[in-house]
Amino acid sequence: MNNYDIVIGLEIHVQLKTESKMFCSSSANYFGEKPNSRVCPTCLALPGALPVTNRQAMENAIKVGLALNCKINNFNRFDRKSYFYPDLPKGFQISQFDLPVAKDGFVMVGERKIRINRAHQEEDTGKLIHQEIVGDKVSLIDFNRSGVPLIEIVSEPDITSAEEAKNYAKKIHQLMRYIGVADVDMEKAGMRFDANVSIKPKGEKELGTKVEIKNINSFTFLEKAVNFEVARQLRAIDSGEKIIQETRGWIESKGETVSQRTKETSPDYRYFPDPDLPPLNFDSEEIETIAKTLPELPDAKTSRFEQDYHLNPYEISVLVEDQNVANWFEETLNIYSKTQGISKTEKAKIVSNWVQGEVMRVLKELGISIWELKVEPASFTELLLMIDKNRVSKQAAKQVFSEMVRTGEMPEKIIKDLKLEQVSDVLELGTTIEEVLADNQKAVSDYKAGKDSSFDFLFGQVMRRAKGANPTALREVLKEKLK
Amino acid sequence: MTIKELHSKLKTKQISSSELTKEALEKIEKGNSKVAAFLSITPEVALEQAKHADALIASEKEVCWLTGIPFGLKDVIVTEGITTTAASKILEDFTPPYSATVYENLKSVKGVLVGKLNCDEFAMGASTENSAYVKTKNPWDLERVPGGSSGGSAAAVSAGLVPYALGTDTGGSIRQPSSFCSVVGLKPTYGRVSRYGLIPLGNSLDQAGPITNSVEDSAVVLNIIAGFDPKDSTSVKKDLPDYSKNLSKGIKELKFGIPKEYLAEGVDPKVKEVFLRASKKIEDLGGKIVETSLPRSEQAIPVYYIIMSSEVSTNLARYDGIRFGKSRDFFGPETKRRIMLGTYALSSGYYDAYYLKAAKVRQLIFEDFQNAFEKVDFIIGPTSPILPFKFGERVDNPLQMYLADLFTVPQNLAGVPAISVPGGFSEGLPVGLQITANHFEEEKLLQAAYAFEQATDFHKQKPEGF
Ligand SMILES: [Zn+2]
Repeated sequence: MNNYDIVIGLEIHVQLKTESKMFCSSSANYFGEKPNSRVCPTCLALPGALPVTNRQAMENAIKVGLALNCKINNFNRFDRKSYFYPDLPKGFQISQFDLPVAKDGFVMVGERKIRINRAHQEEDTGKLIHQEIVGDKVSLIDFNRSGVPLIEIVSEPDITSAEEAKNYAKKIHQLMRYIGVADVDMEKAGMRFDANVSIKPKGEKELGTKVEIKNINSFTFLEKAVNFEVARQLRAIDSGEKIIQETRGWIESKGETVSQRTKETSPDYRYFPDPDLPPLNFDSEEIETIAKTLPELPDAKTSRFEQDYHLNPYEISVLVEDQNVANWFEETLNIYSKTQGISKTEKAKIVSNWVQGEVMRVLKELGISIWELKVEPASFTELLLMIDKNRVSKQAAKQVFSEMVRTGEMPEKIIKDLKLEQVSDVLELGTTIEEVLADNQKAVSDYKAGKDSSFDFLFGQVMRRAKGANPTALREVLKEKLK
Repeated sequence: MTIKELHSKLKTKQISSSELTKEALEKIEKGNSKVAAFLSITPEVALEQAKHADALIASEKEVCWLTGIPFGLKDVIVTEGITTTAASKILEDFTPPYSATVYENLKSVKGVLVGKLNCDEFAMGASTENSAYVKTKNPWDLERVPGGSSGGSAAAVSAGLVPYALGTDTGGSIRQPSSFCSVVGLKPTYGRVSRYGLIPLGNSLDQAGPITNSVEDSAVVLNIIAGFDPKDSTSVKKDLPDYSKNLSKGIKELKFGIPKEYLAEGVDPKVKEVFLRASKKIEDLGGKIVETSLPRSEQAIPVYYIIMSSEVSTNLARYDGIRFGKSRDFFGPETKRRIMLGTYALSSGYYDAYYLKAAKVRQLIFEDFQNAFEKVDFIIGPTSPILPFKFGERVDNPLQMYLADLFTVPQNLAGVPAISVPGGFSEGLPVGLQITANHFEEEKLLQAAYAFEQATDFHKQKPEGF
């Protein structure tokens, strides 16, 4: 293995989130809908029906291109890609061949730069359902998905391991969620991968014969499939076999890839410009306007967090992973530092610890996203302030937070209801302390004579009488009284 | 009768649309047995629509010229609930769940659809002999073809079965049959009329247009079917003049160019003779006849067949035997030929030499017209280089058939509008005069055609026996 370089390129299909489909006005929200209920003459490919490009989808595609650091083509053309499959009603897919919406970009995966060859816009196919109806094995077609906008992101063969392939895919997934153009819900096939895998002798310039693994639908399967494929190719080469250019599929139940078709039987797509769709122009100004709608992207956020908050890389990666978490963190931090008039950097660690600890724990436990959390940054800040003012112990605060999550109530109400407030009222403490001092005069004189352990004794006595007292406050008042 | 005449009868209550429709249906029943122009006749739909038209005429002071007037549609125009076959066996059982925009337009002014008209299968042909169903006959000589592909539409209007019909024109399919049947056929500028719901032949070339008894009728129908359609990305947002308003403007001082390539070899001398008489007429009317040139005319046919066939080969991929019920064996021989041709032209290794090169030459042909229109207002010529021919005469030689499109194909490649008007007769057979104008100059085009028509009586002559 050490004698070989692994070369991987990924093609990632992402379903874009739009109201209507790519080339017609049928609803693109098809998931869970009655089969063939989200269709029209165009996405059913009825004779005479025509496509009209969905501009919102194109704007989303431009956002994707920008997020991938690509050059955006002003001039967008659509092409017909001919192939036969029952789920493709026109017998061709509308795609982009030589003028994709975006090209020549890159993303950073850790320290490594993975170059993006292109990102182009196309349409999804219908879905075949194979089932048995009154004893007959039948195939049914649901065209609800037919024509849903897809963007295909094609990387250069810059990926060098299965793990990196997975991390690259996750990075793309993260970017898509950041820019909000796609749900990228893996369960709903919102993102699918094709991996091109080849190996070559270490340092060799020329690439080996590539094998394409098609239609992988999870990060785990992607990693497994690539690992399997690399091992298979290494084995083949070791035993003197030649790798043939082919398309393989990942069979999860067997844990292996199997050959689907070889180069000889792969279709000639016969691309040519779709005569029904005049080229679409986006001038530089429009692209600029779209660029302005992009949020701060993960890499930029990461470096800003490093600079502003002095958190360690791991902490930052957890916060930045989901921009909603990052926003929640920052909003809390803003309110928190403003109320106290203290710099954000100083308080960042406290808030970060809470987010990484309790907040993440709760999200995981409930299986929800942070925007579904009933706790707003403002009310959460109140809880943090209570801890600072010693009104509630850190231990009790966790309990308060759980209650906040459960009920959505403000912390003030919760600590009252659950009697979690620490007694720190000096007057009230003063009375209790005086009583204790009066009852334990020997210990008082011992302490004044220099016996430190007597202080602990007195402290313990007071604590016992003043249930729920804030220990820090108590210690201070007691010291004062003993002066 | 012209639309104008029928309209005034309806307006003055001399006849109701229902009566007119019944008359038309009777005429169709009789006449169609001779010419076989219709693939389907729709009496229920027609009488229902006529009732609506009558209600509108009763309630409104002014109605559109087309209100209550019967019409037919070439069977590549999709009609909701009415079988639409494209004259192909493969769509024998296809009842569309939606309608073409042009049909919607005519419905919106309460026109009356009396039936669907025969054509070459998927509009592929110049004689309507490629229809999978019937052979439509030329009303002027029942042993001859009506031209194609909108042969049914032209024959029906010529035989007086309908006052007007819509055809589609990809390389001459409205103009050439109009020429063969001595009626007026207009191919509008590409993008002027919506293509939504036209079963396509060549998407970058197709336009729907009227086939009528007079130029004025052509203008009236164009008024209703033209305009931007958000469902067709290739339709154009552009002001729509009232085409019927200034028809009698005249042609004085306007320049009519005759491309020198048009009168070269390959043109039947009889056709040439009729055409030269027509051009003399234009001169008499004050028009200036000048020589012009469309140097790439010769390349138009090969370019057209590569581009159109490429589009065809992908358009017809959807008829895969799964959803429309019939396997691809049901395609006719000409359809199969073009699928093969187009598939070949787009195949890897051939694309650059065929499709791409054709697309480049197409651009040059476009430029030919632009250059010509810098010096002339119109380009004129015979619509067809040949007279209506006999059945079977050209079927066995596709190339001969393709040459029938010689003068009509370049306009589709360039996207410019053109009209064929009755230009005279040779030995009793019609010869059409084709006038071509620059993009979106339909108004000017119709004015010129009108001037010629009004100065001649060819359009008034009707075939015998109808
Ligand atoms: Zn649709």
